[in-house]
Amino acid sequence: MLNRLLSHDLPRNRWLAALLIVLVLGLAFTPFLFPSTKALNVGAKILVFIVLVASFDLLLGYTGIVSFAHTMFFGIGAYGVAIASTRLGPGWGAVLLGVAAAALVSLLLSFLIGLFSLRVKAIFFAMITLAVASAFLTLASQLSDFTGGEDGLNFKVPEALQPGTQYLEEPFLGASIDGRFASYYLLFVVTVVLVLVMLRIVNSPFGRVLQAIRENDFRAEAIGYRIVVYRTLSNVLSALFATLAGCLLALWLRYNGPDTSLSFEIMLDILLIVVIGGMGTVYGAVVGSVLFVIAQNYLQDLLKLGGSALEGVPVLSQLVSPDRWLLWLGILFVLSVYHFPSGVVGRLRSLTRRQK
Amino acid sequence: MIASKTQFDWLPLGLVPVLAVLALPAIGSPSSWLTLTVAGLAMGMIIFIIASGLTLVFGLMDVLNFGHGVFIALGAFVATSVFGLMADWTASESLGRNLLAVFFAMLVAMAVAGAIGWAFERVLVRPVYGQHLKQILVTMGGMIIGEELIKVIWGPTQIALPLPTALRGAFIFGDAAVEKYRVVAVVIGALVLVAMLFTLNRTKLGLLIRAGVQDREMVESLGYRIRRLFVGVFVAGSALAGLGGVLWGLYQQNVIPQMGAQVNVLIFIVIIIGGLGSTFGCFVGALLVGLLANYSGFLVPKLAMFSNIGLMVAILLWRPQGLYPVTNR
Amino acid sequence: MTVLLQLQGVHTHIGAYHILHGVDFEVPTGQVTMLLGRNGAGKTTTLRTIMGLWAASKGRVRFDGQDIAGRTTPDIAQLGIAYVPENMGIFADLSVRENLLLAARNARTVEQMDTKRLEWLFELFPAVKKFWLYPAGKLSGGQKQMLAIARAMVEPRRLLLIDEPSKGLAPAIIQNLIAALRELKRTQTTVLLVEQNFAMARALGDQVAVMDNGQVVHRGAMAELADDEALQQRLLGLSLGAHQ
Repeated sequence: MLNRLLSHDLPRNRWLAALLIVLVLGLAFTPFLFPSTKALNVGAKILVFIVLVASFDLLLGYTGIVSFAHTMFFGIGAYGVAIASTRLGPGWGAVLLGVAAAALVSLLLSFLIGLFSLRVKAIFFAMITLAVASAFLTLASQLSDFTGGEDGLNFKVPEALQPGTQYLEEPFLGASIDGRFASYYLLFVVTVVLVLVMLRIVNSPFGRVLQAIRENDFRAEAIGYRIVVYRTLSNVLSALFATLAGCLLALWLRYNGPDTSLSFEIMLDILLIVVIGGMGTVYGAVVGSVLFVIAQNYLQDLLKLGGSALEGVPVLSQLVSPDRWLLWLGILFVLSVYHFPSGVVGRLRSLTRRQK
Repeated sequence: MIASKTQFDWLPLGLVPVLAVLALPAIGSPSSWLTLTVAGLAMGMIIFIIASGLTLVFGLMDVLNFGHGVFIALGAFVATSVFGLMADWTASESLGRNLLAVFFAMLVAMAVAGAIGWAFERVLVRPVYGQHLKQILVTMGGMIIGEELIKVIWGPTQIALPLPTALRGAFIFGDAAVEKYRVVAVVIGALVLVAMLFTLNRTKLGLLIRAGVQDREMVESLGYRIRRLFVGVFVAGSALAGLGGVLWGLYQQNVIPQMGAQVNVLIFIVIIIGGLGSTFGCFVGALLVGLLANYSGFLVPKLAMFSNIGLMVAILLWRPQGLYPVTNR
Repeated sequence: MTVLLQLQGVHTHIGAYHILHGVDFEVPTGQVTMLLGRNGAGKTTTLRTIMGLWAASKGRVRFDGQDIAGRTTPDIAQLGIAYVPENMGIFADLSVRENLLLAARNARTVEQMDTKRLEWLFELFPAVKKFWLYPAGKLSGGQKQMLAIARAMVEPRRLLLIDEPSKGLAPAIIQNLIAALRELKRTQTTVLLVEQNFAMARALGDQVAVMDNGQVVHRGAMAELADDEALQQRLLGLSLGAHQ
């Protein structure tokens, strides 16, 4: 039954399976295991990133397309919810409307981009998506009446999710059962569902064709698959999932601005995660997101320790300054591309293969 | 089917004056138009200097360096240090001394950027020849690392890069103010263009590069070690980006570590418009982008960024391979 | 008869495809050796393997006594081997003049090129002189082929590898081509010529090697093959009378 649930895409390695179980349980019980606000934020961010990165992997790992417009769809989802809640007032109606509107916009845009992707070579396409994403970022900052400009939009979420809403007077097993608790589990459930859906997609005949196209598009076309259709669909699906991830983010943060969802740094984060976690494997997004977000939040503390040890040494102390954690991640990223082309997940899986 | 001798395709180049002329009625006042046009040409020249290396590297070896921006930032930051050391020269009123300081900063920036370019090619790019996906990822990674290292050395915040004294201010023509520095930038850009075109068209080295862009294999079959040539072009391209960084920094009068990533998008648009691998196309594309950025910044500030994308789409619809496509690509 | 080029048991793989299955033959110095065979026999692959564009997975390639299998293409070219590929390898955006200058490794500028040799080339290939400053891409198919061969001859080379020069050319042009190559023969340059046009092969070849399925199935003097119609039928599926 588990097999069917995971669409026959099992971890195929003891360590990986164990890791995934630990991560899933950890995320499932975060409010109980790590009751602090910071931990909840980290958990929520991980969940959002899992969906965001998995959807990017659909495009990169499975279809072989590099698109820098991914954060744009992320942002559309986040702004959809934010703008709807701001304009129409908080409530589920506004949220659903925001989600629907964002999905529609993403659908249209990704469709156009998908069609375009066939007229140009991969490199062209990557550059063009980069340009489009930058333009969108500028647009969001400029249209301040609509989007709140640089400052972004603060808004209220439906009452069920508001922090002030208390479901139980007393904490239960260490966790306070309030709106934040509900929000967290909303994110968790949606994330799990979306990941399972994506597993289903990549393991379906459609997913197989995508991979065939990635390997050799000439041959795929020669056999009779119209790669236009498949690439466009892949684009659209990937964008829709990213949009949903954006909606989740907005609901959690109760805020959205250009830097929260559209920034180039987020794009880099996605790239980092997908490479380190493992391209072409949905689990890579899960493992990678956890590693990355935890590193992002706690590595800085680690670096601080190193920093205090090297206090005063001119350049070295700067190298281990907690602000420069991206430097180390960048080095890890480059090393991963060379030596870990299939990421953590790929590495673990290949261990199994070698044993057999 | 006998054509005339090497005929020159004037049409795309003609777009530049056409654009300028069309902008005049839209802007209204001739003096504003003059200011904006010179600003646009200056910006275009700087972008051309930066992008020329990138398009040659791609044309020659099919390598797209998504981290090209790091050389821009590097050049700019190096210039701040050089200016810091030569503060009395830049503060001096003598034009000669100012120009020498700028010249010196450019030399050092080019040398440093070129050296880092050599290391970049050796360490990051060489292992992934032919694998476009990995190139994109690895060169981006290189840019992240480079940006962070810049922050380590020069600090994470912006640094001012004020113009030397004699280069400040503007020439006044009636109502119009034309900034002195922008004129200098245009002159430098033109010199670089002339030097590049001369090298490409009148030397055997240039011949090798132009042939290599069309058919790498045949050039090797003729007995030339084109890989060495490539390293040279990569280093030259990085050095040019460093030079462009100095000019850009002076144009903005300030430098930030992220400037590489910011300019990256613009140069990609430019080389797509120009045609990947074409130097002259890059030049025309850069001028168009520079002019358009300034005109639209004045006329419709909120849509300035879109104007460049709109331009790119329009040109691709007209010529899908860019303004001056390179054959055999 | 000294041997300039020698292939022994050469195998070449392209990806998963095993194209050459042990190619053995020799190219004697100062003569024109024809490499014949049907489409897909492996002739082009053989030339490319010699030139180092594709690596031999097994076997030896010896040029003038040196092992060249495994060397890089520029190194092989520098030994004095010139290659005229099937697609001619003309740089379309460069002028005819620039195409020739590029091939002249010893000259930095056109002035430094051997004028006498250039004059000789102009006589052999009038189109090259006529379109000297024109972009090479504007030339007709036949003229491009002449340019490609002229390029291989712009400086003395020890071995010329020419791949199907007559492909796609009109019969009249082919006659011009044969005349030009006959002139080349007069200079005692060693040539390995791949051709499907048997009449041309017979007119120019001294030696012949016939390939089929990635191997050489017949070697010998051209005169022998030219006289033996039965052999021609067996090897190439044609008789001389049918092709002029």
